[in-house]
Formats: sequence, C-alpha cells, structure tokens
Amino acid sequence: MPFSPIILWTDALIYLFVAIVLIFIGYVRHHEHLLTPWKRVGHSASGMSALTILIFFLVIGLLDTVHFRPILEHKTNDGEKIYSVEVLSLLDIVVTPLRTHVEKTYSAPLASHLYAKETIELPDGKQVRAFARLEYGGAHLQNPETEHIGDIIWRGATGLAYGLLIWGIVVACLCMLLARRNQQSVLHNLSDVWRRTTEIPWYAILITLLILLMLIGCVSTLATHYHVLGTDKVGQDILYQSLKSIRVALVIGTLTTLIMLPFALLLGIMAGYFSGWIDDVIQYIYTTLNSIPSVLLIAAAVLMMQVYIETHPEIFETIASRADLRLLFLCIILGITSWTGLCRLLRGETMKLRELEYIQAAHAFGVSHWRIISRHILPNVMHIVLIATVMDFSGLVLAEAVLSYVGVGVDPSTISFGTMINAARLEMAREPMVWWALMAAFGFMFTLVLSANLFADAVQNALDPRTRILKQRNSFFHRPAKQAAIPLNKTPETTTPSGSSQNP
Amino acid sequence: MKTLLDIENLQTLLHTGKAPVRAVDGLTLKISQGETFALLGESGCGKSMTALSIMRLLPDAGETVAGQIKIDGTDVLQLPETEMRKIRGKRISMIFQEPMLSLNPVMTIAEQIDEVLTQHLNLPRQAAQLRIQELLEQVGIPDAPRRMHEYPFQFSGGMKQRAMIAMALAGEPELLIADEPTTALDVTIQAQVLDLMRQIQQRKNMAILLITHDLGVVAEMAQRVAVMYAGEIVELATRDDFFNQPAHPYSQQLFASLPGKQKRDQALAVINGNVPPLSQQFAGCRFVDRCNQALALCHDTIPEWHPVSGQHQVRCHLYNKDSVHVSSNPMIDSSTRNAANIAQTAPASTTSLLLQVTGLKVHFPIRKGLFKRVAGHVKAVDGVSLKIAAGKTLALVGESGCGKTTIGKSILQLIQPTAGSVRFNDQELVVLGRSQLRQIRSQFQIIFQDPYSSLNPRMRITEILQEGMNALHVGKINHTDANNQSPAPSREKEIDALLQRVGLPADVKWRFPHEFSGGQRQRIAIARALAVNPKLLICDEPTSALDVSVQAQILNLLKSLQNNLGLAFLFITHNIAVVEYLADEVAVMYLGRIVEHGHIDEVIGCPKHPYTQALLSSVPQIQSDPDRQIIHLKGDLPSPASPPAGCHFHPRCPKAMPICRESYPPVSAFSTTHTAHCFLYPQEQGSENYEH
Repeated sequence: MPFSPIILWTDALIYLFVAIVLIFIGYVRHHEHLLTPWKRVGHSASGMSALTILIFFLVIGLLDTVHFRPILEHKTNDGEKIYSVEVLSLLDIVVTPLRTHVEKTYSAPLASHLYAKETIELPDGKQVRAFARLEYGGAHLQNPETEHIGDIIWRGATGLAYGLLIWGIVVACLCMLLARRNQQSVLHNLSDVWRRTTEIPWYAILITLLILLMLIGCVSTLATHYHVLGTDKVGQDILYQSLKSIRVALVIGTLTTLIMLPFALLLGIMAGYFSGWIDDVIQYIYTTLNSIPSVLLIAAAVLMMQVYIETHPEIFETIASRADLRLLFLCIILGITSWTGLCRLLRGETMKLRELEYIQAAHAFGVSHWRIISRHILPNVMHIVLIATVMDFSGLVLAEAVLSYVGVGVDPSTISFGTMINAARLEMAREPMVWWALMAAFGFMFTLVLSANLFADAVQNALDPRTRILKQRNSFFHRPAKQAAIPLNKTPETTTPSGSSQNP
Repeated sequence: MKTLLDIENLQTLLHTGKAPVRAVDGLTLKISQGETFALLGESGCGKSMTALSIMRLLPDAGETVAGQIKIDGTDVLQLPETEMRKIRGKRISMIFQEPMLSLNPVMTIAEQIDEVLTQHLNLPRQAAQLRIQELLEQVGIPDAPRRMHEYPFQFSGGMKQRAMIAMALAGEPELLIADEPTTALDVTIQAQVLDLMRQIQQRKNMAILLITHDLGVVAEMAQRVAVMYAGEIVELATRDDFFNQPAHPYSQQLFASLPGKQKRDQALAVINGNVPPLSQQFAGCRFVDRCNQALALCHDTIPEWHPVSGQHQVRCHLYNKDSVHVSSNPMIDSSTRNAANIAQTAPASTTSLLLQVTGLKVHFPIRKGLFKRVAGHVKAVDGVSLKIAAGKTLALVGESGCGKTTIGKSILQLIQPTAGSVRFNDQELVVLGRSQLRQIRSQFQIIFQDPYSSLNPRMRITEILQEGMNALHVGKINHTDANNQSPAPSREKEIDALLQRVGLPADVKWRFPHEFSGGQRQRIAIARALAVNPKLLICDEPTSALDVSVQAQILNLLKSLQNNLGLAFLFITHNIAVVEYLADEVAVMYLGRIVEHGHIDEVIGCPKHPYTQALLSSVPQIQSDPDRQIIHLKGDLPSPASPPAGCHFHPRCPKAMPICRESYPPVSAFSTTHTAHCFLYPQEQGSENYEH
C-alpha cells in the first residue's frame, strides 16, 4: 500500500456524526409527518442558498478528515516500508501545490515579489536592496512588471469560464433529472426553474452555485501560479491555511453538539418529567455550572491537558494525533460547559408536555416511564433540540476563534481560524500593514457562520409552529390585492373598502 | 325603532392556506337601538369574524373585501384609522370570550379603564377616578374605591368579566358586541353576568350584538335571533318565533340534537358531517350535505330569502311559496322514530358494585420560603365517597375548581390520594404499587376534555390505539410469546373493529391526529380507552369542547357503548342538560365535597341543597318558564386553600343560618338513595362527620 490510513479520534467522531445524520435523513424520509416540516425548509430560498454554501464547506471538511501517512521512498534495512511521520489528508493531496509552494516570508495576494525588501546578491557580485522575486508566485513570468496584470486577468477569465462551463453541465444534469422525475420535457423544466415556479427554489440555489463555481474556478486556475490570498510570515499560503481551518471549525461546531446532546437531553427531560428531588439536583448542577465563568473552566481544563500531553510524549505517534487529542478535549470541555442552556429549555418544555392529556392517558394505561419519555416526550421536543443545535453551531465556531486567540484553544500546530487571527494580530501594527491573513480568516469564517445562521433561521421557521404562523401572516399581508378581488366581484356596485385590515 | 347598525352584504376573507377562506360571505343584518340581537352558530361559521369586521380589528390575514357597515349612517369601512379610533370604545365596544386574556396583567383595573376615558372623554383626573368608581359599582364590584386599584390577578373570573364590561361601558357606547361573553364562565357566574348585561342595557338603552353558540343564552337574552351557517345568515327571526317554530332545517336539527331529560330513552338526532370548508364557491345551499330535508333543487340553486311569517325569514327552498309546502318541524318527529333502535336495554342483572370510593382526600401542599416548608394545603378533594354499579352512570356535577377532575384522576391513581380508599371490584387501589396497578389498569380508563391535547400529534392512530394494548398485554389472542411489539394480523383486525365501533372507517388508522376534526378526535380517544376492554370509563367533560351537533354524536356513541358493552361511566361535567340525558345518579360537588347525591330524578326534579337549587336554576332554559326564578348566588367559589369555616357554601347561601358558620352539616337522607349535607333538613344520627 502506498499509504497507511489513520483514523484520528475526531475523524472517528466525525464519521459517527455523518452516520447519525444519514440515518436521521433516512428515518425522516420514511415518516410523512417528519418530512413535511423539512420540506418547508426546502422551500426557503435563503435557507437553500445557505445550504449550498454549507455543503461546499462540508465537502472540504470531509476531504480534510480522511487522514493517512504516505509511504516514503526508502525502506528500512529489513526491507520494511517506512511511512512518513507527517499525516496528510485528502485535501492536502488535492491542493498539493498550495501546500508545497512555501515562500520565504510575507507576500501580498497575487504578488510576484516579496512584501519586504531584502538584500539580493546579483550574479556579478553586487548587492542591491530590492523586492525579491517569489520562488513560486508568478515565477513563470519573464517580465513581471509588464505581464503581471495581463496574466492574472487571462487566468482569472479562463477560471471563470471553467466555472461557467461546469455550472452549465450541472444545470443540464439537474433539468434532466427533474424532467425524468416529473415526466416532462427538459426545456419545460428549464423554463420552470427560470420562472421560479418550482417548489424547491432551484433558481436561488443555481445562482448561488454559479457564484460559488466561478469563484472556485477562478481561484483554482490562479492558485497554481500565484498565492491568491498571499503568504504569511513563514511563507505559507494563506488560502491553504484557510481551507485547513474549515475542518477545525466544523469539528468544534458539530462534535461539541454531539457531546453536549446526551447531557442536555437526558438531564433536561429527566428534570422536567420526574420533578421533585431529581429536578432539584439537576437544577443545582446546572445553576452551579452556569455560574463558573466558562473561559476560566476551559482554560483550566486545557492547561491540565497540555501538561499531561507534554509529560507523556510517548503515547502520541505523530504530531497530528497530539494536536487532535487536544482538539477533541477542547470539544469535550466546550460541550460540558454549554449544555445548560438547552437543558433548561428542555426541562421547561417537558414540564409543559408532562401535564398534557395524552401523557396522562399513557399513565392510565400503565405505560412505563422510559417508554413515555422515548415515545411521547422525546419526539415532541425534537424540534427544540434541532433548532438549538443549528443555532449553537455558529456560536461555537466563533467561540473556538476567541479561545484560540486567548491561547487556550487548539494546539498551536493546528491551523484554525483562531490561530490565524492570533498570528495576524501583530502584523496589523506593521507599516505597511499585512492585512490579508486577517481578511482571509474573517472572510471564510463570516461566510461559514452567516450561511449556518441563515440555514438555522430556515430550520427554525419551518419547525417552530409559532413562528410559522407569524411568517405566513406576514407574507399574506404583503400579497397583492388583485388576487383577492378576482372571485369576489359578485356585486360590482359595492365599493371595495380601503385599508380594512388594520392592527388594533 | 331607529336602526343603529346596518350591515349590507359584508364579505370578509381570511388569507390562510391556498385559497382564501370566505369567513363572512354576504352578511346582511340590521340592529335597532336598544335591542339585543343574537348571532347564533357553530364554531367556524364566521361569527367572531363578523364582530371583528365591525370593529375593523381583523387579524393580519383577514380582509374585508366588500360590503358596508353603517353605524348611524356612517360607513365604518370608509373611515381612516384615526377616525376609527374615535368609534372603537366610544360608539361600539366589545367584550371578549376569555376575561383572563383580555386584561393586561401589569396594569391595575383603574388604569385600564382610565385608558378608555382619556381616549374618548378627556375628563380631568379627579372626575375620571370618580367615573371609574361609578362604572365598577355599576357592574356590581363590591368595595369599588379600593378594588379599582387592584391588579387583574386579584380578581376572580367572574369579576374580571365584570371589569371587562365596565371597561366596555366606559365610553358609553351605543352598541356593545359581546363575543361569547359567558362561555368561559361557570353557570352560576354566567347567570350573574347575563343578568348584569340585561340590567345595563335597560338602563342605558344600548344595543347588544350577542355572539354565542348556546341556545339557552340566546333564549334568555335575545330579542331577535340570526342563525349563521358557513359564513352567511340562514334564518332571521324574533326570539319567540325562533324558539316556537324554527324554520331552517339547520335550526331544527340543532334543537333536536340538544340533550335533555325528555330524550333520555332515545338517541339524539345527529347532524351528520361538518361545516363545509369555506374556501370553496358554493353552487347550492351550504347546508345541503347535512340536511335531512334536502331537495334536488338545493344542490344547484342558492336559496333566496323567503318569509315565514312577519319578521321571520329563512334562506331555504322549502319555504318558497311556489314549491311544495313542507311541515315546519318534521325533524323532531323523525328523530324520535330513528331513535327506536337504541332502546334502553339496561342490564338489570349487573347491579353489583364496581367502584367504591370512601373518604377520598387529595390535598396539595402549598410550599413557601427557602426550605419549602409546607404552609398549608389546597384541599382539592376533601372526603368524597361515591359508589358506581356496573353498567350505570354517575354524573359528578360542579363548577370549575371544585375538584371534579382531581377525583377522576385520583380514582385512576394518576394523582396519589392523601387519604381514603378506592375499591375497584373489591380490590383496594390506593395501596397498590405501580406494577401491581398495571395489571388491573385495563379495567378503568379515562376520556379527557380537550380532544386536541389528548392525542400525541406525532403518532399514527394505529400506534395510539396499540399503545395501551401493548402496555397492558391485552387482546393477545394469537400471541404466545412476549413479543407483542409487532402488530400481528389479529391485532390489525382488532384495531379495525375498534374504529368501526366508534364510527370511523378502518383506513384512518394510518393517519395522524391533526387530520381529524374535534369530534373525530374524541372518537379516537374513546377508541383508545376501549382498546383495553375497560369496565369503568371516567369521562372528564368529554363534550364541553365540542359543538352541539358533535356533542350529540359523542353522547349517542357513549350511550350505545354502555348498552352494548355494559360499561359504567363516571361522567364529570358542568353541563346539566348532558347529565339529565345520560346519568342514572348525580353527585353535586362544592369545594371538594359532595353536597348532594341521589338518583337523577330526585336531584334534578327535587333538589334539596341550596347550592343544587341555585345551580339548576342558573342554567339558561330554552323553554321560557314564567314560574322559573333564578336564584342568584353572591360572589365566587372561595379558594380551596382556605375554605370557609362551617358549611363551605354559607357565604353564598341565600338560606344561611348561624349554625352554618360553625360546623359542617352532617348528612340528611330523603330516601334510600337521596342525601344532602344541609342544616335545613333533619339530620341522621351517627352519620359520618367531617372534621376540620
């Protein structure tokens, strides 16, 4: 084998998480009453656009999750294969040029020269202080001063064209698929999509996809010959760092939820259902936990972990597994400190449900406590759990950035948005300013969190019955009046009153 | 008399769902000054939407698209919103159904009334305070100068509704719209509020638009009646015409479906089906699908108004002079004929005692302070004894808050009784543990009041029905092993049979509860209880959330189940008419104790306890009876946390004596079955005593 697969702790949990999500999707598909609200999510244009972008992030995160150690050229004396100590992921292979093209130090986005002057020895032995050419960025240019801009525009344009081409293929495939499902002609479906009459807002999804694909095309053609987002202090490509950070953000956002859910579900429902002394105990636990500043708790736990890792170097085969354990531990400690909010919500909801008559009826049938909890209460609080977890996701991604900035976050060797911001913070004070590292981290994180928030909004609107009614009312309020007038002109002589529906 | 309100062809749409719902569709009516006009109809007929259209307070989804609403000649629909504000509260006022939700909990009553006064009258502060006091005194709030500065939570339900009325009267309106003003109140309080409204109307010569579904309230209050069905008025008459000779088949069928004493031995007439969805265009009469006198003409021609006599008009083809004349109330005759199939075949042999409750007490502790010390008890049930024979019905009657529901739940051991014994088939239930109880749980089941919260929205009907069977391991015909999770074919058949028994088609079992109407849900709840073959069914107000026509369906079902399966019922209700129709024995409860108990004829025909007398006299009657005198009770039900000393009823009792304040009256027997707790009657020696 040319590589040896490695499954880190977080990888395993991500696979588990993906499996749970897939099982959940399969379950929902077979249950009409669960499917209906999710179909409503599918009808929200902003939600589906956000999901398109989220899927892009997810694909990158999943690619970055498949880890392995590549084989080295030479063998040991016994003829055994030797695997590199460096752990790579599929993403690393896909973006090999980004990973390997390391410059000396800072360079601006798309630059062909370094950002700082340095002394260069000319072939004739003279020394000049000038901006040195980059080793990889724009290295193919004979005369950067004249060719630079033109080359970038040309490459960018071809990238856009590629993006457009792929998009065209996607649209064609989609229309063909729809045509097959609806038993209609391809053109008919295309015009449906174009006139926005389809149930799922394909129009919005496709526009998002067009922008996304053109951006990817443009960046990927440029990235082979330039550093699209510049390089950092040690010459590493910022784009590469940003892509690697996505996995860490996703891990923190999802695994923390995975760890927090059992606590919140079990304790919250137990407190609400049994009440009495069980409720008291659980309430005391989360009130106490809530009153400790969570940064303090996290810092203490992470520092303890750090000491442990440093005193036991032998248990870690690679640097990656060491960093990974620290990441996992961060997830756990974030999970333990953040379950209280959801727990409180679930307790209240369960207390409300417990008094409902169908639960009373179940009691009258002598149904056991655990069966009542699992069949009656759990399905009826699930919408709260979903809304809360999707809403929490973005908060946790931001929390990681803050913690890493403070220095109690992920391992310094792990690339994350937090460490990127932390490294970029001093450069903001430089003259001329190095702005691209921070901008890249900001841009990626902003897109991720914004799309997660928009998606969470769509989920909440679809699953929460109260907001659903409100939204319906609003949308009808803005409906054009002509629709209402059509069937009702039985008596044309009566004047239609104006402004007949006002708020009290 | 001068016309005050003149509504011409009002059309109101509700934009929910795909097609707009025509909640009010071409409504025309006139109300004169000082008259009480009742708008009668089932839920979902557009009564409330009419009221909201008049006030122009429709929800965002609502829209009035055509018509005129003239008050004294001004069309309110044409007014700008600023002008409309001067009309609301000043010329037209409104009282809502739920007094608890219509008052702002963080403002005192005086502040809330003052808002109306500053808006419309601009009185100086001192005068405004005097006016508020005067208003509250007018609506009969005792000690008004002090109580006006209290918050709504310090008022009881009836007082809140009085305060609402005071607020509505503050602007001295010409028209008062009362939207189900007494539906949320108990009968004794309802009698007070209705009486108050009548008095005020006479004093102020104010017109009232009374919106209600209760024929009894209409009979007591209205001068003219309009019956509303599916968004339009189908019959318009004076009260006497309407109650003596209802013309429209819908009105006739409504009357026939009312339960009552004289219908005891027959099934109630049922209006089949539901109100049709209002999102469609109607080609013929809207009632045609449910009508028992429908002609071929009714399906494709919209009926016009036809005069019956004088002011009595009806929207029905039967009254078209050109067509065949049909006798105006054949309905009631036919219903009697139909009813022969459910004859009273009371199983006389099964008079064995099924349930015996002795001295049942349920006290809820009130905890206070840091360490949750028990500061007192809410005595929800305080020493109740009952007996139910197999196959019989005991009705438990009382106002809300008197502990009826708590009794039901504590018999089922859903609430642990504080003291007393519950013997079912000679087995003591109170001492049993959870797992021992499970073995006999299938013998007694419960049906709840609210059909919307009694079924889990996330379970299919078949899962709901199977839950009890699985938990109690009943109906295992072909199940030899413990694995009864998967529905075997026999289980499927059982469920089909159950659904059939409650009058639902078998294929509904794959659906979810939200796809059913209130009456159908109640049938499913009954099927769920029947699934485990109980002997005793505790019915906790099973029809109070349903319309009259649906109530008749459920009552018929319960009655036929009793006849066919020999079920015993503990029927908890506040509806006297239902009791008269269904019960064999009646127990009247007041504040956690039974004050009178006896056979139905004894208690209803010859009530002994002053509370029973007052309760029965407060029930609005349809047949106007000149001899009837309503006994008005003062005040409200006291808190069960601190019941009055002596007889609990003495502070409200019109016949209270000094001894009533001192000790609780022991039992007085009038026959072998009829007993009451009252000092007015000679006491039995050595009877059970309540200690305080």
